[in-house]
Amino acid sequence: MVAIQVERLSKTFGETTAVDDLSFRVDDGELFGLLGPNGAGKSTLINMLVTLLRPSSGTATVNGHDIIEETAAVRNSLGIVFQEPALDEELTGEENLTFHAQLYGQHKADREERIDEVFELVGLEAERDDPVGSYSGGMKRRLEIGRGLLHEPSVLFLDEPTVGLDARTRRDTWEYIQRMNDEAGVSIVLTTHYIEEAEQLCDRVAVVDDGEIAAIDTPSALKDSLGGDVVILEVDGPLSSFCSRLDACPWVMEYATSPAQVRITVEHGETRIADLVRLADETGVAIASVDIHKPNLETVFLSLTGATIAERESNTPSDANDSALEGTRSSKTADQRASTTSVEDDE
Amino acid sequence: MNFIDPRSIYALWRRDVTRFVRTPSRIIGSISMPLLFLVFLGFGFSDAAIPGLPADVDYLQYLVPGMVGFTMLFGSSFAGLSILSDQDVGFLKEILVAPVSRTSIVLGRIAGGSTTALVQALLILVLSVPLGFRFDSLLLLPLAAVFLVLIAVTFVGFGVALASQFSDSEGFGLIIQFVIFPLFFLSGALYPVESLPDPVQILAFMNPLTYGVDGLRAVLVGSAAYPLFLDFGALVVSSVLMVAIGTYLFERVEAV
Repeated sequence: MVAIQVERLSKTFGETTAVDDLSFRVDDGELFGLLGPNGAGKSTLINMLVTLLRPSSGTATVNGHDIIEETAAVRNSLGIVFQEPALDEELTGEENLTFHAQLYGQHKADREERIDEVFELVGLEAERDDPVGSYSGGMKRRLEIGRGLLHEPSVLFLDEPTVGLDARTRRDTWEYIQRMNDEAGVSIVLTTHYIEEAEQLCDRVAVVDDGEIAAIDTPSALKDSLGGDVVILEVDGPLSSFCSRLDACPWVMEYATSPAQVRITVEHGETRIADLVRLADETGVAIASVDIHKPNLETVFLSLTGATIAERESNTPSDANDSALEGTRSSKTADQRASTTSVEDDE
Repeated sequence: MNFIDPRSIYALWRRDVTRFVRTPSRIIGSISMPLLFLVFLGFGFSDAAIPGLPADVDYLQYLVPGMVGFTMLFGSSFAGLSILSDQDVGFLKEILVAPVSRTSIVLGRIAGGSTTALVQALLILVLSVPLGFRFDSLLLLPLAAVFLVLIAVTFVGFGVALASQFSDSEGFGLIIQFVIFPLFFLSGALYPVESLPDPVQILAFMNPLTYGVDGLRAVLVGSAAYPLFLDFGALVVSSVLMVAIGTYLFERVEAV
C-alpha cells in the first residue's frame, strides 16, 4: 500500500518557487525523511500534504485520498506535529488530548480509552493532569507526538521534531519516534536539517534543496553512492613511487595528493590501513597521521548540491527556534566542513 | 466534515470556559474597568445635570445598562480576537488542521466567547446592586438575557472578522483604541446619543451597541430612547450579519 503519493507538486509564493515539481511516494509503514536546510521548502511541502496550503499545481494523495478534493478524508488520515509547539499551555495534558479527540469526532467511550493508551505510550501518565505550561520541552514534544497519534492516523507528519531540544532529549525523542513507527505501525514523514536524525531514524531519505529533490534512497545507499571511505594520510617524503604502487592496487578507487597529504578513496577503509601503511613504508614515505572519513549524509548533501546544509542555511534567515542550538551546531559543522573538503578534492 | 459539527463546537466552548474559570485574575481584570467606570462615573455624576437624561432616571440607573453593554462589547470582541493569540502560540494550526469546518470553528468561538462575556456582564449587574442599582422589574430579566446574547453574538462575530484581517496580535492595541473604544463612546452607554452632534449621531445609529444598550435600558430600568422591537430587530440583523461576515472572512484565513 502507498501511504503518500506525490505527483508533480509545486507551490509558488509570488516570484519564489518554494516547492518545484516534486514527485515521490512513501510506502505504508515507512519512516521517511526529508533532509534539507531551512528554507528548502520542506515545511511548505508538509503544509500542502496536510491540507493547510493549496498547491499551485500538481497534487498528492495521503492514504489514497486526494489532498485537494478530499480534504476531510485526508485530515482524518493524518496526524501532524508542527515545527513550533501547538499546545494550549493553560490546559492540562489530558484536556489538550480531549479537545483533539473531540475535534476528530471520537466518542466519549473510545476517547477515554484511547487517551489512556496515548499517555502510556508517551510515558506522561504522571503528568496528565498538570497544565502543559509546566511541561519541559521534551515532554511537550512527546505529548504532541502522542496527540498526533490519538485519532489513529495512517500517516504521521513530524516537521522538525527535535528543533530546540537538547541533545539528550533529542535522542529520547528519536527513540519515541522509532517506537511509534514500530509499535503503532504508522507511516512517518519527518523533515529535518539534522544529518544524524535522518541517518539514524529514516528508512529512506529524500535530499531536498531549493524546492527540489536531489536524491531519494536509503541512507546507506546514498552514502554508498559516494564510492567509499576516504583515508587521509599526513605524509613526509617523495610520493612518486608510493603513487605508482597505489595505481597498481585494485582496491584503491581513486586518490589525490598534495605536498604533505594523500587522500585515498577505498571501500571499508578500516581494513586497508595496514596495507596503506605497509605500502608507504616500502616506498620510503613516513606517515605522521592516519584518518578515516566515513561518508555521511552531510557529504552526500554536499556532493549533490555543492554546499553543506550549514552553508545553505547561512544564506537564509535562520529559524528563531534554532537560536538555542546555534552554538553547538556551528562548532559541529566546522568539523564536518573539515571532513568534507577532503572528499570534495577527491572528485 | 459536517458544516456544523456539535461535538467540535462543544470542544471549543469547553476550552474557552475552562480557560476562563481557571484564571480568576483574568475575570477580575475583565470586570474591573467597567466596575471602576460604574463607581466613579456613577457617583461622580450622580448630581450632575446630564442633558437629555430622562427626568425620572438618576444617573446610576442610566449608567448600569451602559456599563453592562460595555462589558459585553469588550468581553465579546476580545473573545473573537483571541484567534490572534491562538495564532501567536501556534494553537490555531492544531484547530485548522482538524477535520472541522471553519463555520463550526467560528460557531464554537462564538459559543465560548458569548458565555464568558455573559458571565462578566452578569457579575457587573450583580455588583451594581450594592452600589444602589434597582431593577425596574425582575420579570423582564429573561428579556435582558436575550439582549445580552444578541450583543455577545454580534461582537464575537465582529472580533472574529477583525482577527481575520491581522496575522498576529500586534494590531491589538490599535484595534482597542480606534475601534472598540469609539464603539463604546458612540453607543449611548454614558450619555444619550442625542447629545452628540448630528453627523456623529449617524455613526451611533450604525453601531449595534446603541440598540443593545437601549434595549438593556428598556428592560432593566424601564426607560428607552427607541421602541423595544427596533432595538431587538437591529440586534438580530447585526448578529446575523456579523456571524456571516466573521465566518466569510475566517474561511479565507491562511493557516500558515
